[in-house]
Amino acid sequence: MTTKTKIGGAFAALTLAAGLATPAAAQDDTFKIGVITFLSGQAAESFGVPALNGGKVLIDMLNQGGQLPAPYTQKGFGGMTIEVVEVDEAGGATKQVQEFRNLVQREEVDAVVGYVSSGNCLAIAPVADELKAFTILYDCGTPRVFETGSFDYVFRTAAHATMDNVSLARYLKARDFPVESFAGLNQDYAWGQDSWADFKGSMAQIYPDAEEKTALFPKFGAGQYGTEISALLRERASLVHSSNWGGDLQGFLLQATARGLHERSQLVLAAGDHVIPQLQDKMPDGIFLGARGVNGLAAKARGGELAELTDTLWNAYEAEYEAFPVQAPFRMWQALLGLKTAVEKAMAENGGKKPNDEELAAAMEGLAWDAPSGRIEMALAGGHQAIQPNAIGTTKWNEAEGRMELVDVEYFAARCVNPPEGTTSQEWLAAGFPGAQCD
Amino acid sequence: MTRSLTLSAAAAFVLLALGALVLPDWAMFLFAMALAKGLVCLGIVGMMRGGLVSFGQGLYYCLGAYTATLVANTFGVSDIFLLTVLSTGVCLAVGLAFGPLLASYRGIFFAMLSLALSMVLYGSLSKMSFIGGTDGLNIAAPTFLGWAPEGRALQTALYLYVAVMVVIAGTLMRIYFDSEQGLIALAARDNELRVEYLGASVRNVNTYSYVFGAVLGGIGGTIAVLALGHVDPEFAFWTTSGEFVFVAILAGYLSVPSVFVAAIILEMVRSFSNLYFPNTWQLALGIFLLIVIVVLPDGLGSLVRRRKGDAT
Repeated sequence: MTTKTKIGGAFAALTLAAGLATPAAAQDDTFKIGVITFLSGQAAESFGVPALNGGKVLIDMLNQGGQLPAPYTQKGFGGMTIEVVEVDEAGGATKQVQEFRNLVQREEVDAVVGYVSSGNCLAIAPVADELKAFTILYDCGTPRVFETGSFDYVFRTAAHATMDNVSLARYLKARDFPVESFAGLNQDYAWGQDSWADFKGSMAQIYPDAEEKTALFPKFGAGQYGTEISALLRERASLVHSSNWGGDLQGFLLQATARGLHERSQLVLAAGDHVIPQLQDKMPDGIFLGARGVNGLAAKARGGELAELTDTLWNAYEAEYEAFPVQAPFRMWQALLGLKTAVEKAMAENGGKKPNDEELAAAMEGLAWDAPSGRIEMALAGGHQAIQPNAIGTTKWNEAEGRMELVDVEYFAARCVNPPEGTTSQEWLAAGFPGAQCD
Repeated sequence: MTRSLTLSAAAAFVLLALGALVLPDWAMFLFAMALAKGLVCLGIVGMMRGGLVSFGQGLYYCLGAYTATLVANTFGVSDIFLLTVLSTGVCLAVGLAFGPLLASYRGIFFAMLSLALSMVLYGSLSKMSFIGGTDGLNIAAPTFLGWAPEGRALQTALYLYVAVMVVIAGTLMRIYFDSEQGLIALAARDNELRVEYLGASVRNVNTYSYVFGAVLGGIGGTIAVLALGHVDPEFAFWTTSGEFVFVAILAGYLSVPSVFVAAIILEMVRSFSNLYFPNTWQLALGIFLLIVIVVLPDGLGSLVRRRKGDAT
């Protein structure tokens, strides 16, 4: 029986090949980051590719140096050139854990920035701690990452998803919108289920008398919502909530507006801004929508102190990709600017050497910095989870200029729509937002 | 025969164990995952020998992983041996329940029914938000009889554990393949009616193969989740099951070690294509699969077996 030995020979060769494939060691004058986001699949068009494009624009400008206003005038990260290794996030958590290990142990990246999917974030965090690899979660929404675990090397530079739906409810109140009843249509997976639970919880506090009507959960990626729209039309709820994204949101909006759902019920969208570039004037006027932060059109409309930084990146992005930046590039920008701030802070403390993972983690903890999306503060989970301001606005098509505008925008302070340290999102919602600071 | 089998099992183990010394960290993890998945694929190969292809091995892979995770999180058990035994037990029970039912189906009906069962589990888990829904659950690193290694030691221990499992499972399956029942399965692949006329029960043989597949799936799932630290319903999704089938086809049903080699090759190709072609890695993977199917229709195992002129 020589089968095993022969196959064994092949196996040994493989082993050897694996051993020989050693990475090019990172240089001291470059800072190598692994960027993981969706390059294929449903989330690529909506989140992954715009985020990567936004990242490229920012990194190009940083590597040239002097393109951005203060405090981001220094070249690269603390003078080091930024080098990017791209990885596709599609393929599930199993593959992502493998790719993460490859990035850290084979490619020897200095930091990892990535993950749109909450499942991937949950899976990656413990691995990052095990490998002691500095990791920034830049996009994913679930509050569970830091509410059910604590990690030394993992940071999330975007607020978690609770903020999105609390802001929607607060917006309705701020606009004195009468709500007798509300219904929902959300995708049938963790994101949609959690969003509906958060929205329901927020409405119970802010509109205690509003009646909760049907909550529909069509399959993720369903695309066809004929029956659901019929049900919603029949319900005649004052408003219809949806946290759908990407193709699912486009499909829902196109089919719902064709049948006049938006005239019968007010549509409120937790994360709806990113389909505007695709829908343009097919997106009806008068929809209340958020962008998971002061991102996209809401950031453009805000102006103020951050206008120069926002406009510089906005114009560079628009010139390069012929579309305006939606929420995804803003979250990538805030992650990269946060990383830049942390690297430079660590270098100021260690005498200008390239910081290691421990020094980076120490510098990042509790950090605050300015991004186009506002002031980002690592205020939760012992300085590992960011809070950020949020904005909700109403869509209005500008016929003369042929572009969508956001009007009646309400801006919410970070501490108004995010839970304080030491309480979980669900407890905070159930208790009626104790400790919220809304000016 | 027995002696040469023992010898080759020992040789295979020594070879795998050598990997623990020479492999870099990332590759050791990749190999451990590939070998764990290889265990699941070995179960499919067992069924393939009887002419059946299960498109639902994700059921047991996922069931094993979730059992281990829930037991670990609820009762604080972290011992890898205990977790393996428990989740294998659950998979065995479920396999025994469905085995006799599925054994009456053939071809596409068997494939679809097994697929349906795994998708039922996928759908149910996705709805259960109290255990994480589609986001899944985390599980802490395992301990080995009270020993709680970290870092490279943990990876090495896990790798050696899966290597031992692979050698034991591989040897036992080889013995089963060469046994009377195993040979009946091979005969049934060619002509089921004739086998039945000769007095053997094809249904029984298929039940055995299915139950063995369930047990192997459970072991594979448990090791995979302990290595990964995270489980989600994707474990039972049809694409996961499809990947197992692909590895089984890549390996062919002729040789046991080729299953594990195929699993490792697939992981390597995927890992490197993902790195070098981040935008088109699926295309690279697809081209690789097509080439293998065209060049080696009977799988990798046929490379060794064909030369020997041995049909089993």
